[in-house]
Amino acid sequence: MLEIRIHGRGGQGVVTAAELLSLAAFREGQYAQAFPSFGSERMGAPVTSFCRLDAEPIRLREPIDRPDVIVIQDPTLLASHDVLAGLSTDGWLLVNSSRGFAELGLADWVAQFRPGRARCVPASELARQHLGRPLPNAALLGGLAGLTGAVGIDSITSAIRERFAGAVGERNSAAATAAFTLSRTEPVPC
Amino acid sequence: MLKQLECSRAIAETIARCRPQVVCAYPITPQTHIVEALSELVRDGSLSPCEYINVESETSALSVALGASATGARAYTATASQGALHMAEVIYNVAGLGLPVVMTLGNRAVGAPINIWNDHSDAMALKDAGWIQLFARDAQESLDLHVLAFRLAEELSVPVMVCVDGFVLTHSVEPLDVPSQEAVDRFLPPYQPVQVLDPADPVSIGAMVGPEAFTEVRYLAHHKQLQVLTRLPELAAELAQLIGRPSGALLHPYRLDGAETIVVAMGSVTGTIEVAIDELRAAGLAIGAVALCAFRPFPLAALAEALADARRVVVIERNLAPGLGGALASNVRMALRGRAIPVHTVIAGLGGRPVTRAALRPVFESAARDALDDLVFLDLDNAAIDRELARSGERRRSGPAAENLLRDARRPR
Repeated sequence: MLEIRIHGRGGQGVVTAAELLSLAAFREGQYAQAFPSFGSERMGAPVTSFCRLDAEPIRLREPIDRPDVIVIQDPTLLASHDVLAGLSTDGWLLVNSSRGFAELGLADWVAQFRPGRARCVPASELARQHLGRPLPNAALLGGLAGLTGAVGIDSITSAIRERFAGAVGERNSAAATAAFTLSRTEPVPC
Repeated sequence: MLKQLECSRAIAETIARCRPQVVCAYPITPQTHIVEALSELVRDGSLSPCEYINVESETSALSVALGASATGARAYTATASQGALHMAEVIYNVAGLGLPVVMTLGNRAVGAPINIWNDHSDAMALKDAGWIQLFARDAQESLDLHVLAFRLAEELSVPVMVCVDGFVLTHSVEPLDVPSQEAVDRFLPPYQPVQVLDPADPVSIGAMVGPEAFTEVRYLAHHKQLQVLTRLPELAAELAQLIGRPSGALLHPYRLDGAETIVVAMGSVTGTIEVAIDELRAAGLAIGAVALCAFRPFPLAALAEALADARRVVVIERNLAPGLGGALASNVRMALRGRAIPVHTVIAGLGGRPVTRAALRPVFESAARDALDDLVFLDLDNAAIDRELARSGERRRSGPAAENLLRDARRPR
């Protein structure tokens, strides 16, 4: 089973991201469970969502305390919340940032990860380019596909188009594909 | 066909396939997505003929369902928590009048303190109102139980509450199979009321009944519930044939072979308990579980049989009966009368606190060693309790406990 936790803020599509990821995995014949950690949601408030992927039906209903993968949609959360809790250096880390891990203060820790398993992707910038709005969730899903290989990029873009018809779906798919491509290239040393 | 769906959406689609003629709703978290989705299905014509009635409160929502049902219409509504308590008087009336309304309860804690998250306090507050109460163990069952609910309700002329854990199930997105229209139509015949408000053949419904007949009317309500004990398994078997999976039962046994310790629970915690049991079985512990689906009527005989070889029982209880322990454990003890075995009450998952394998495993292991207390609060922060008790002991005006404990929880240590 692969367990993924996504952190962001209200309005960034954190819950939708977990849902789309589960939809992409479902398209590939995996069992997938996506669920939010709901508070009384407000724009800008920290939001967490969860996704489990497995070859078997999923019975567990507990939140994910020890994720295999963490996605950070808003890096300002790193300073104020323990969003990396439970992630070991055997896992995967994807952060929405145009800076590097050094500037985020994570370089030493991230250096212990296996090669290619921790990555910053400028998802908000990609979203601005492709959607005209800094909504990073679709781009990060593309990055997640590139980083982990847990789902294919085609499944991600199909899931996005299935959920969002027309131009919205196309633009988000383009952002996801751009982030996917970027995440498959060698990271800029930082 | 399996589709990746939010459970609430899939419940709405299942309800639509049951062809209700009246849906009335007042939104309250966490059931809102269900009635929102139903409103779309009515508006776009997918659910037709059906009148969707927006009302100004929960009391009105169920009153409209009551009136609709009394005219012979198939009626549905949904609520949760404070909403269920708001309509409490009507809940009793629907049952007392024997009207087969089906209602989803998106289980949520009851304030104060206000809390939007899951536990079973709302269902337990209404357990003796005369409704059948069915608890879904997972998202798929929460769909299928609604199909069963309409059939049971209408056959016996008794209302059914389908209890679906708020957020944990209602907001989960997973592969779900909405029962096909063909299967639902074969299973659920058009509603034939035993009593109907019809201008062509007028009757009155809702007589004032004095001591001369009140007990007999109430007895009949009990008699109806007892019939469910036979009919529910039969209907569940019939439905299973049509949808190709077992769903709905009085109870679901899990790995009871040779189990000396048996865990009893209801609702969405079932899956996590099963995973914990698999892990403990692999480590050699003789443990199994029973997930109750029917809480009202309470399946005394079926549970007694399931627990026949148990040496101890651990009840995972998602509600608190202050001053006693828990409603579920008290009922489980009724099924064990005459048997001198320990029945432990574990209060767990109140107000949305996660119930985890990591917390459950040591509780089960400790029960197996006969070292578990009679009443346990899972993951209780005893130090925080002690600090608040100390504060309230120091001075009379120690302030509101909820605010004090929140401040305490936020203080760095």
